[in-house]
Amino acid sequence: MMYEIDLAVIGGGPAGLMAANTAAEAGAKVLLLERDGHLGGQLVKQTHKFFGSEEQHASMRGNDISTMLGDRLGSFGERVTVWKSATVIGFYEDGVITIDHNGIYKKVKPMRVVVATGASEKFLSFPNNDLPGIYGAGAVQTMMNVYGIRPGQRVLMIGAGNIGLIVSYQLLQAGVSVAAIVEGLPHIGGYAVHASKVRRAGVPILTSHTIVRADGAESVESATIAEIDRGWNVIQRTMKTIACDVICISVGLTPLAELLWQAGCKMRYIPSLGGSVPLRNDCLETTVKGVFIAGDVSGIEEASAAMVEGRLAGLEAAASLGFKSERYCEERNDCMEQLAALRSGPTAEKIRSGLACAECR
Amino acid sequence: MGDRRITNHPILQFSEGEIIHFTFDGKPMEGREGDTIASALHANGVKVLGYHFMTKRPRGFYCAIGNCSSCLMIVNGKSNVRTCTAPLKSGMIVETQYDRGVPDDV
Ligand SMILES: Cc1cc2nc3c(=O)[nH]c(=O)nc-3n(C[C@H](O)[C@H](O)[C@H](O)COP(=O)(O)OP(=O)(O)OC[C@H]3O[C@@H](n4cnc5c(N)ncnc54)[C@H](O)[C@@H]3O)c2cc1C
Ligand code: FES
Repeated sequence: MMYEIDLAVIGGGPAGLMAANTAAEAGAKVLLLERDGHLGGQLVKQTHKFFGSEEQHASMRGNDISTMLGDRLGSFGERVTVWKSATVIGFYEDGVITIDHNGIYKKVKPMRVVVATGASEKFLSFPNNDLPGIYGAGAVQTMMNVYGIRPGQRVLMIGAGNIGLIVSYQLLQAGVSVAAIVEGLPHIGGYAVHASKVRRAGVPILTSHTIVRADGAESVESATIAEIDRGWNVIQRTMKTIACDVICISVGLTPLAELLWQAGCKMRYIPSLGGSVPLRNDCLETTVKGVFIAGDVSGIEEASAAMVEGRLAGLEAAASLGFKSERYCEERNDCMEQLAALRSGPTAEKIRSGLACAECR
Repeated sequence: MGDRRITNHPILQFSEGEIIHFTFDGKPMEGREGDTIASALHANGVKVLGYHFMTKRPRGFYCAIGNCSSCLMIVNGKSNVRTCTAPLKSGMIVETQYDRGVPDDV
């Protein structure tokens, strides 16, 4: 059986939730597909308060934002269908997407698609990096904040970007000790507020340091770290071994763009956006007509930008089907202004130049 | 190994879900309603979920969101189950996977 609908949104994180809400509000029939058994994506496990302005739900906690957006979807009645535990496994050139929905294979041919699949975590290479006990930062966060389980007793954190800092703090909140935060760069990448919180709690942040190796019989028992010089070479005499049962890797995210490759979208490798991203126009439509993108899959940013992008993609996908309210222009301008504001300032320079490379007409 | 469940948290509250019984390599274990197979095993102190089919090195979970396939195990006789996202169910027979496993319909 082939389902036919106006718009399929792939991914129920902040970007996908906003896209589905906005398109349904405009009048489109929407099918939201989420691989997990619950909606919210990365937001579900974020227990800290968000930055940004009120429009982007600042000072709400990530987990509360996702509940709110999920609840709003319910208000559209039959116009919105949500399939959870539904993994999109194929995106074909004739526009058909194939889905594993709770073990049942399904096919859908939507008129428009918003891909909002988010990102996956990058990895680091070092001897014994496959030992159990070496976990991605997102995994540690999921274990603690979603399932309520401590990942271990003593964690070595690799990476002092925002995620590394926030997860370290959350580990402390859960009663787990953090031996140190190791950062290869000579400076801390994350915000100063997050860094000072963990420092105040007594966790050292070691910049210009790297992990040399992990050791343990069946799982992690220790890690060897060392200082590095400007050329990223290990300074031998600085090597030291730290006892820990978890090594948490937090070295960045990369867009989860397999479906866009399959759909035939033109992609470009843009390091400042986290990896290969699809080219897009100012409606967030890719080079394949009718396929839109939003959130981390279009370039790694933050939840706030993901939500505004989701709103814009939902608005445009619906508009291209003729679902255009009289407030369309106003809403579009509002999205553009919010995105510009989020991407202003010196720290967002990397994002701005990356996005400029990803534009197409 | 002890229980690793968080009972005291400044922000989050974890409801004590109902107890779910399952076995891991023949040993009876307890998980909670809401657990995935991997989270329940972790709460019981089990970190090694399988062994790489070629190198035979131990593997645990890595991403915990279904992206990486580092957590494959045999569940109720079915191999290659992503235990980090598969919900724990009562009476499940969970086993360590040592090889490539067999496809579903063979
Ligand atoms: C520790 C941490 C702290 C953060 N702190 C902040 C912060 O303070 N402020 C902020 O603005 N941002 C923050 N972020 C970033 C923010 O969480 C992400 O940028 C945001 O979640 C991206 O949204 P998204 O919808 O693009 O992707 P995601 O949230 O990753 O959602 C993608 C969804 O798609 C689903 N999916 C993937 N593939 C498929 C498929 N094939 N079929 C069906 N479904 C699929 C996934 O299961 C997931 O639910 C933080 C991130 C982390 C990890
Ligand atoms: S740990 Fe990555 S798929 Fe399960």
